[in-house]
Amino acid sequence: MTYYITRRLLQAIPLLIIVTVIIYGLLKAVGDPLAHLANDPLVRAEDRAHLRRSLGLDDPIPLQFVHWLIGDDWYQRDLDFDGVPDTYGERRGVLRGDLGESFRFNKPVVDVIREVLPNTLILGITAYVVTIVFGVGIGIFAALRQYSFLDNLITGISFFLFSMPIFLVALLAVYIFAVKFKEWGLPALPTGGMYDVRGNRTLDELLIRLILPVFSLAAISIARYARFVRASMLEVINSDYIRTARAKGLSERRINYVHSLKNASLPVITLMGLDIPAILSGAVVTETIFGWPGMGRLFIDSLTILDPPVLIIFVLMTALAVVLMQLFTDILYAWLDPRIHYT
Amino acid sequence: MAETTLSNSARRVASLIEEKRRPESMRQIFVRRFFKHRMAVFGLILLLLIVVFVVAGAAFYSESYANQTAILNKNKPPSAEHPFGTDQVGRDILARAIYGGQISLLIGVTSVFISISVGTLVGLTSGFFGGLVDSVLMRIVEALLSIPTLILLLVLSSVLTRNTATMNILGRELSSTVIIIVLIIGMTTWMPLARIVRSLVLSLKEQEFIVAARAIGVQNRSIIIQHVLPNCIAPIVVSATLGIGTAIITEAYLSFPGFGVLPPTATWGNILSPAKDMVGTVWWMWMVPGTLIVLTVLAINFIGDGLRDALDPRSMR
Repeated sequence: MTYYITRRLLQAIPLLIIVTVIIYGLLKAVGDPLAHLANDPLVRAEDRAHLRRSLGLDDPIPLQFVHWLIGDDWYQRDLDFDGVPDTYGERRGVLRGDLGESFRFNKPVVDVIREVLPNTLILGITAYVVTIVFGVGIGIFAALRQYSFLDNLITGISFFLFSMPIFLVALLAVYIFAVKFKEWGLPALPTGGMYDVRGNRTLDELLIRLILPVFSLAAISIARYARFVRASMLEVINSDYIRTARAKGLSERRINYVHSLKNASLPVITLMGLDIPAILSGAVVTETIFGWPGMGRLFIDSLTILDPPVLIIFVLMTALAVVLMQLFTDILYAWLDPRIHYT
Repeated sequence: MAETTLSNSARRVASLIEEKRRPESMRQIFVRRFFKHRMAVFGLILLLLIVVFVVAGAAFYSESYANQTAILNKNKPPSAEHPFGTDQVGRDILARAIYGGQISLLIGVTSVFISISVGTLVGLTSGFFGGLVDSVLMRIVEALLSIPTLILLLVLSSVLTRNTATMNILGRELSSTVIIIVLIIGMTTWMPLARIVRSLVLSLKEQEFIVAARAIGVQNRSIIIQHVLPNCIAPIVVSATLGIGTAIITEAYLSFPGFGVLPPTATWGNILSPAKDMVGTVWWMWMVPGTLIVLTVLAINFIGDGLRDALDPRSMR
């Protein structure tokens, strides 16, 4: 087991290096963050050149990558253009905890992300918990009534939801629960942002504003989990050891919720683990529709108003989370399932 | 278990001999099993209706009409003149849904063509040759799978769709972003298929018929094309079918924040996108393309399911 974990950890290192190189290359291709200055009559050409040089944009790209990774405080640049390198850089590099500075906000990327990450976590974790509770519940419910009317209905709705983009669920939810409810004189749900603009920052207010975004985020995932849990349960229910349990005279309840569920939950745990990174990256579409000030919106805004330092950290964070959670679920799986022997 | 299957097939052969019929070919078995799948047939009919809608509809409305703006007539609800209403610059939504549907379906089919070509090629190469080639290719696949597809796509499309020029594609003036969207969707979705094909090839490689082919000196290329590839067709066909649906939804996801195909060229995604800020007032603007997207993807998913069951050799019926 220790050997297996060590090997998996070591395998993750080259993967992380490749991912980082791909992401850096990609973000370099995004374009010149100073392009908007080129047409600005208030900025002199010399100043622009000086800025480019001091930001390190004149360095060869592989060298820029090294600087971004381990910093440039050991590297001299020729800032006065006399052919002699004179000034050391100021960055310390990602590996030494310096994530760079946002062009848009003029402050460290860490601070920018620290501001929006909690909002995304509130939305993401709530949606995640709701998804698992309802998804697993509905899945078990359907599996125990295979091919009944309710099971078929759940299958039908799931198929329908699978074919929907998330923003359509969100738009429908807004239309029905906010717009139509208001028309019909029912209590309408709010759709904009986390808090009332007038500053009513209570927990109740937040909870009410969570309902629609959480519903939009969870609906399709619930269908996915329900189908998955159902298939997983059915496989176990039809296996020999469940027949044995029944033959021994165990109660249905014990068979279903102890013997079956325990074995059926293994693949579900993998799915749960692999869904965790998505919480971090936020819900790009849902956050845009509901004006939720989270990571997803930061990402879209940083794409619209080009802000490479933020983009690169955002993409790197999500990729890192994916790699680590994959590693974690693999190890967890090996640990939970006694049938698997890893050496 | 083995006994019952044996006696079943023996019985089937006996009944065939009795009726003096020839046994079914693989194709006949496939067709029979596909059409027995009720939802798959329903999906096929639904998809055909949608294709008829976007093709035949072009006979009633011209593309220049679909792209013609009339700012005084903007955001109008459905009426006799505009059965599905007008959009934020007064274009007719029915006409745009017709031409947008053509582009959405085109994007779905062509991007899947790229995606399965690359996926199959990488999977075959990786599985068949193994060794260093396999390690390098699979590390790249893993790395690309570590970046969520939507995020990767949004970064790529935000860079590449800045160019607003139009160009002549298939005899029509279309936004050049159509080609870019097709390319980036194709190039970011091939990884899962590459993995499936690779694992299939790995198990095929050890089977007797491949070993035999190798023993009599058949060239690698012929082994791959004549023996390995035909045995990988089932997962390729299924993931191609389902991929068309995913690509159509993906295009809509990219259009939603404004990084998809740019106007004047319509797609179901970019008809819908401006409605996000006025959900309540312009319901027709998102409900019409939204319904079309859902129906198309639903139909494709049903067909894909039917194909999967019909092509699965383990569920022979």
